[in-house]
Parts: sequence; C-alpha cells; structure tokens
Amino acid sequence: MSHDAPARENAAATEPNRRRFVDRLLGVTTFGMFGAILHPVLRYLYPPPASEASVNTVTLPVRASDIPANSGTIFKFGDRPGILVRTPGGDLRAFSARCTHLNCTVQYREDISQIWCACHNGLFDLNGGIAGGPPPAPLESFVVRLRGEEVVVTRS
Amino acid sequence: MHRLRAAVGKVLDWFEDRTGFMGLVMPLARKKQVPVHKHSIWYYLGGMLVFLFMLQVATGILLLFYYRPSAEGAFESVQFLMAQVRFGWLIRSIHSWGANLMIFVVFLHMFSVLLLRAYRAPRELTWLSGVALFATCLGLGFTGYLLPWNELAYFATQVGTEIPGVVPVVGPVIRTMLRGGDEVTGATLTRFYALHVSVLPAIAFLLISFHVVMVQKHGMSVPPSVERQGSSRGSIPFFPNFLLRDFVGWLCAIMVLASMAAFFPAHLGEKADPFAPAPAGIKPEWYFMFMFQSLKYLPAEILGIEGELVGVLGFGLLGLVLLLVPFLDRPDDQGRHRKVWTWGVYGTLAFILFLTYLGYTEEVPSSQDEPPAEAVSAAPVSIDGRSAAFRALGLAIEEADS
Repeated sequence: MSHDAPARENAAATEPNRRRFVDRLLGVTTFGMFGAILHPVLRYLYPPPASEASVNTVTLPVRASDIPANSGTIFKFGDRPGILVRTPGGDLRAFSARCTHLNCTVQYREDISQIWCACHNGLFDLNGGIAGGPPPAPLESFVVRLRGEEVVVTRS
Repeated sequence: MHRLRAAVGKVLDWFEDRTGFMGLVMPLARKKQVPVHKHSIWYYLGGMLVFLFMLQVATGILLLFYYRPSAEGAFESVQFLMAQVRFGWLIRSIHSWGANLMIFVVFLHMFSVLLLRAYRAPRELTWLSGVALFATCLGLGFTGYLLPWNELAYFATQVGTEIPGVVPVVGPVIRTMLRGGDEVTGATLTRFYALHVSVLPAIAFLLISFHVVMVQKHGMSVPPSVERQGSSRGSIPFFPNFLLRDFVGWLCAIMVLASMAAFFPAHLGEKADPFAPAPAGIKPEWYFMFMFQSLKYLPAEILGIEGELVGVLGFGLLGLVLLLVPFLDRPDDQGRHRKVWTWGVYGTLAFILFLTYLGYTEEVPSSQDEPPAEAVSAAPVSIDGRSAAFRALGLAIEEADS
C-alpha cells in the first residue's frame, strides 16, 4: 500500500503534463499547417524573373541623316526608354532616359539645349552630367555607332 | 508564455471594449444547437460549402495577380502562370478542383435537403435562396471555364451560349447579351470575366449571408421521419462542438484538393482558335453533361416543335419545379408528405446519373474524316446522319441556319 501512494501522486503530476504535451503538439501542427499554406502563397506572389532578356544593343528605326541638330528622341532600349540626342554641334549621343532621381522619363529641351526631367525639374547636360535640380547621379550613357545610315546604340 | 497570453488577452479586451463584437456574436453562436440523429451527417455539407466558397475566393484572388482577361493575353498568361510562376500550378489546380468539389457538394447538399424535406415551412426562403445559390454556382463554373481561353472552353462556351438562343423571342437577345456580340470572341471573354470575378461572387456572397441568417433563425431542420419516431438523441452546441467537427471536414477537403492538385494538375490544352474546327470528343463540364446528353437524344422535331427547344423548355420546367418544391409538396391533414415527391427526387437523381454515365461512355468518332456510317452507329438517334460530335456541340443548329 505504501508503494501505491507515490505512484498515484506521480500519475496526478503527469496528467497536466500530458495535456500540455497534447496542446503543444496541436499548436505545432497548426503552425506547421499554416506555414505549409503560407509558403506557396508567398512564393507565388513574388514574381518570377522577367522573361525579357536584358538588351545590350539596339538598332534604331531612324536614319542618321533624318535627325536634325539640337533635337532629341526617346527610343526603346530593351524594356526601358533611352534618349538619342543630336547636339547643336552635330554629335549623336545616347543615354538612359530614366532620371536618376525618381525614375521619370527625361526629354530634350531645345530652348536650353539640355536634357530635362519634368517631374522635379532635374537638368542634365549633353554629356549626361548633372546640370541642376535634385538628380543625385548623371544619366547612364550609351555608345552610339553609325553603320552606314543605321544608328546602333550599345550599352558601354 | 503566460505573459504573452495575458498581453494578447489585454489587446483583445481593448478591442472588445470598443467594438462589442464578441458580445454580439457569441450569444448567437451559443444559442445555436445541432440536433443529433441518424441523418446528422448531412448537416456538415452547408459549412463545407461556406469553406469551399472562401477557398475559391482566396485562390481566385491569387489567380487575378497573373491573369490577363483578353483573347490575346489570357491563354499566354495562364501558360506563364502554370510554367513560370512558383506554385502557380498549385493555386490554379486547387481553384479548378475546388470548383468541381464545390459543385459536387452543392448537389449533395441539395439532394439531402430534398430527401429529408428540410424545405418544409417555415424554411421556404432558405430553400429559395439555396436554389438561387445552386444556379449561381453553375454560373460561376460556366463562366470560369472559358477564362483560360483554350480550345475546349471555347467550344463549350460556343455551345452553352447557343442553347438559350433556341428559345423564341428572348433567346437570341439573351445569347447576344451573353456573348457580347453574335459570336464567341474576346468580347465574350471580358463579359465572362466580369461576371466570374465580380458579379456572381457578389451575388453568391449576399445569398450565402441570407441563407446562413435564415438557418440561424429557424435552426437545423429535423427530418419528419426522425420527428415522428422521436428518435433524436438530443443535440450538441454549435459552438464549439459542431464547429470543431466542421474544421475536421475542412481539413479533409484541403487534403483531398492538395492531393488532386499534386497528382492531377489542371490542364491547359491548346489555345482557342475561332477558325479551327471543333476537336472530336469535346465535352462540357461534368455537371452539365446530363443536359447536353439529353439534348443529343432528342429528335430534330417533336410535334412540330424544334427538338432543342423542347429540351430547353423541359429543363426550364424542371428548374421551376425545383424552385417551387416547398409550395408544391404540401403535407396532408395528418402532416404526412406524399411519397410521390420522394420518388420524383430519386427518379431525377437516377436520370442525371444515367445520362452522365452515357455521356462519358458513349463512343465518339475520333476525327471528323471517319466514315459517317460509324458516326451514325455511335448515335442511333441522330436520324439525319449528323455526327454525334456535331449534335453534342449544338453546331447542328448553325449548320441548319447556314
């Protein structure tokens, strides 16, 4: 009889432990299940890498002789815009048309012969350097080559 | 752990003090009791449908992140989703299998309610909203089927929108409204998209809310047989006892859907081409199969009326009877219901099962240039020698017109 008493005490002591164990098991399983649902959903929402390969060279759909001096046009460079400028001196230059400030697309201002961003009044000179306003860095410049009348722009 | 629990409790109390939400909802949940008897198992189907609807909404919203609703982009966007997007196949397959499971459970729910006569007064409005939900689910299935813009879906929609067109006067108007023009085109796709992702889900949501409020108001219906024998074994509280059992069912549903999605992912097939001939062996979704199969067996003319029209009117009448069941099946003076209704329900069930079976086992010519003799033997009732596939497609109607 004297042996039973501690055994019973033991049983009473393990009862809450067992319940706690089952509770924890249920908790872990529930977390696991929500994890198993959440993981594919989050992976799904993150977009797969863009299928369009980054472009290194484009041939523009204009003839070099058709571009007047002191003018600029936007062209497609892969999935981003570029800007082709003929300086008042007659040079052809190309830059990324993405303003380095907040990603607006820049344009050529004939009146001041500079590249201008309309969003926050950023100004770039004809070498792509900062000429005024908030842009923190110069425009990325591309290499322009002529293949006869064709204008070929290459990422330097 | 204790500190965390206390902190969470404090935050919840803070919200409860300001919203009083739990004070509003909990007495309602506690009031609800679920009777226990030998037919109690059917009570789980309604909750299962609420769960499946939520799952369809969730996976549907996820699909919207990549889907492009245009004839030019739809197929490609689904292809991209299946091939490039991580777990895209899983989300789409669960949406597709979930839709099938949901319609299957809708059928079970409806037939169980019919056979247990749960539509008896005062639950007529619950029944009416339920039939409306049934129609909404079929509409969701029909409109969703077209969205991947593949060959099968294109021709199924071609036929499906042609069917109401045989009804005189209003038919052609309905057909043009559905298609957004005379033909199934990109305009149809945009319409079906609008219906599928906004109009029908909104209607379903309102109807489900009304349906659930009515069930809450009247409580669970106890079948007449159980009532007569007094064989009910009391009841259990809805919250938490019944709801926890519901959860187990929902877990099983997730398990089934995940397995189906993993082992049998949703197909995409070929991109729809409006100028390509319909491929042989084209079939509607299984839940429309019995109707298509019935139309196939109708002769071209019955008593001087076009066969298709008779079929369409017949199914229309069946739908009307279904809607009005609570008003037609009145009990006699002793409160007994006539057996004829029960037999009618079993008969309809047998008809649906048999024609669905025929639809899936009937031999269809594998290509259109096979000898017509075989086509005739495959469909003995297509008296004028049109091939079974053509009858199935309802293309015969256009053929006759042109």
